[in-house]
Amino acid sequence: MEVSIRHVRKEFDRFPALRDVSLDIRSGELIALLGPSGSGKTTLLRLIAGLERPTEGAIFFGDEDASHRSVQERNVGFVFQHYALFRYMTVADNIGFGLKVRPGASRPPKAEISRRASELLDLVQLSGLEKRYPNQLSGGQRQRVALARALAIEPKVLLLDEPFGALDAQVRRELRRWLREIHDTTGHTTVFVTHDQEEALELADRVVVMSQGRIEQVGTADEVYDTPNSPFVYGFIGDSSALPVRVEGGQVWQQDRALGLTAANVPDGPATLFFRPHEIELLDGCGGCIAGTVAASRRVAGTRRVELEVGGERHRVEVELPIEHPAASKSRVAFRPRRWKVFPDGHGESHSGIVRHQPEESPPLALTGS
Amino acid sequence: MTITTATRSGWQFRRPSVIPGFGLTLGFTIAYLTLIVLIPLAGVVWRTTELGWSGFWEIATDGRTLNALRISFGTAFIAALVNVVFGVIVAWVLVRYRFPGRRIVDAAVDLPFALPTAVAGIALAAIYAPNGWIGQLLAPLGVKVAFTPLGIVVALIFIGLPFVVRTVQPVMEEIDKEVEEVAATLGATRFQTISRVILPGLAPAVLTGFALAFARAVGEYGSVIFIAGNIPYVSEIAPLLIVIRLEEFHYAGATAIAALMLVISFAMLFVINLIQAWSRRRYGYGG
Repeated sequence: MEVSIRHVRKEFDRFPALRDVSLDIRSGELIALLGPSGSGKTTLLRLIAGLERPTEGAIFFGDEDASHRSVQERNVGFVFQHYALFRYMTVADNIGFGLKVRPGASRPPKAEISRRASELLDLVQLSGLEKRYPNQLSGGQRQRVALARALAIEPKVLLLDEPFGALDAQVRRELRRWLREIHDTTGHTTVFVTHDQEEALELADRVVVMSQGRIEQVGTADEVYDTPNSPFVYGFIGDSSALPVRVEGGQVWQQDRALGLTAANVPDGPATLFFRPHEIELLDGCGGCIAGTVAASRRVAGTRRVELEVGGERHRVEVELPIEHPAASKSRVAFRPRRWKVFPDGHGESHSGIVRHQPEESPPLALTGS
Repeated sequence: MTITTATRSGWQFRRPSVIPGFGLTLGFTIAYLTLIVLIPLAGVVWRTTELGWSGFWEIATDGRTLNALRISFGTAFIAALVNVVFGVIVAWVLVRYRFPGRRIVDAAVDLPFALPTAVAGIALAAIYAPNGWIGQLLAPLGVKVAFTPLGIVVALIFIGLPFVVRTVQPVMEEIDKEVEEVAATLGATRFQTISRVILPGLAPAVLTGFALAFARAVGEYGSVIFIAGNIPYVSEIAPLLIVIRLEEFHYAGATAIAALMLVISFAMLFVINLIQAWSRRRYGYGG
């Protein structure tokens, strides 16, 4: 089922949660809504489900305007972060619930419902747990039951709200792979919300990056990672460093030095240079490069991440160096990004600094040598 | 498993715990219960034995006693049932909706706790009497409330309401909104969500409220005697009969009826507890 979101706006008590969002979701696609908290991603998901009504705009299921259809009529499967299982029902009753509440004529006979429940339990790899109650299951098992329950009604669209957010890292990785398999087997159009970019990039066919109630970029994992179309996306997806610069005639300048980088199609004036810490080449001398003094350094697996203070205003950027590089404190390092992007500063906003994305299980940063 | 104290049935006299004080608190509990509850109740039974078996049996099977017990337990049961329906609805409104005056309604629910029950009885009798505000509206319909068993039920509903509301309310507040939303996405109508998802979860709390309201109603005296009319065999409740026997200085007769009430109440509360335990297991609380 194709889902088309057309110019949807949603306000909660005058607070704009979504501002003019349009999105086309293809049939059978696995799509991720990715963004920081408050970006409107969950609101968008709830609008598709019909759990909220848009203030303006329309949502189409196929060719049909579903905007004014009730939740019950939309036939969507919804999975919550905290499972929302019916704790007074067995696993089998939970899964069969959607079939049991159907009106008389379309309700399958009891035997058929329990057969469907067992079938779905097989699909989610929980065979034999029909008689258990939700509080007798682990978190991962509960989420599988929640998914089976959503699949039982043969939904037109499957919607998942941070489905793995409450699980520990190991189970999360496992369920991620497994969700992909289920999606490939059943072929449901699936939308899931996450704030975990790793999850979104790894799992989804397309990623929708959202910020402050707007869609920033829609694209495949490669597209949003390699060609971010806004400073926000550059900063949000993957590690990045930003440096305030100036563009003059297609050349990038940092204060009074030319950096040897081009910025075609960027108007003259203040701008921000973005690059990834690992996409740089080190240089010996410095004629047209970025140079800075080492302010901090930390070891990350097989490489070394070094923070450099660049220029008179000591803007900090992060670069990745080989482990054998003698990057002592205060020593000078010159480099040039291999890939970069320059965004003109609009509306007085400027970006600088380092954005790191840590896997959640790793300990907090320990900076040394500063 | 070198140290194991658990028996096969899972029952254990004392679980090792880092929190001390088991002996002290259990001792206090037993001493307290003995002084306040068990000794006075034993006194009731002991005074009754003065009658001997035949004397006891005579009072127990006396028509007036039986009728008083029937009226007491019957009206209390009906009142508790009404309170279950009524109380759940009141709790629902208080938990679910924000409306002007909600806090006042919330506070008003507790009034039956605070009011001297005699005041309630007099007020209800005045209003439901054939010439009272509500009584005169009901009179043409042939419904008599005051001075009939129906009046007793009204008084008992009044005093029992807070028990159901206050036991159900906190459990209702715990209901996860997402569970209702999930039910809706699965196609359940509002009515199906309430009857199949929400009410089963409330069942243990509702049963507790029922038991409390029922127990309170069985023992109620103050409000009932003003509205009941107190006609022997028709609207005379057992507690009143006990007071009448006391005023006649027939102490053993009074304690005999008291002992009967004690046994019946205990049996009914015990059955309610069993149902409760069953419903907790039935709805997966057991773990």
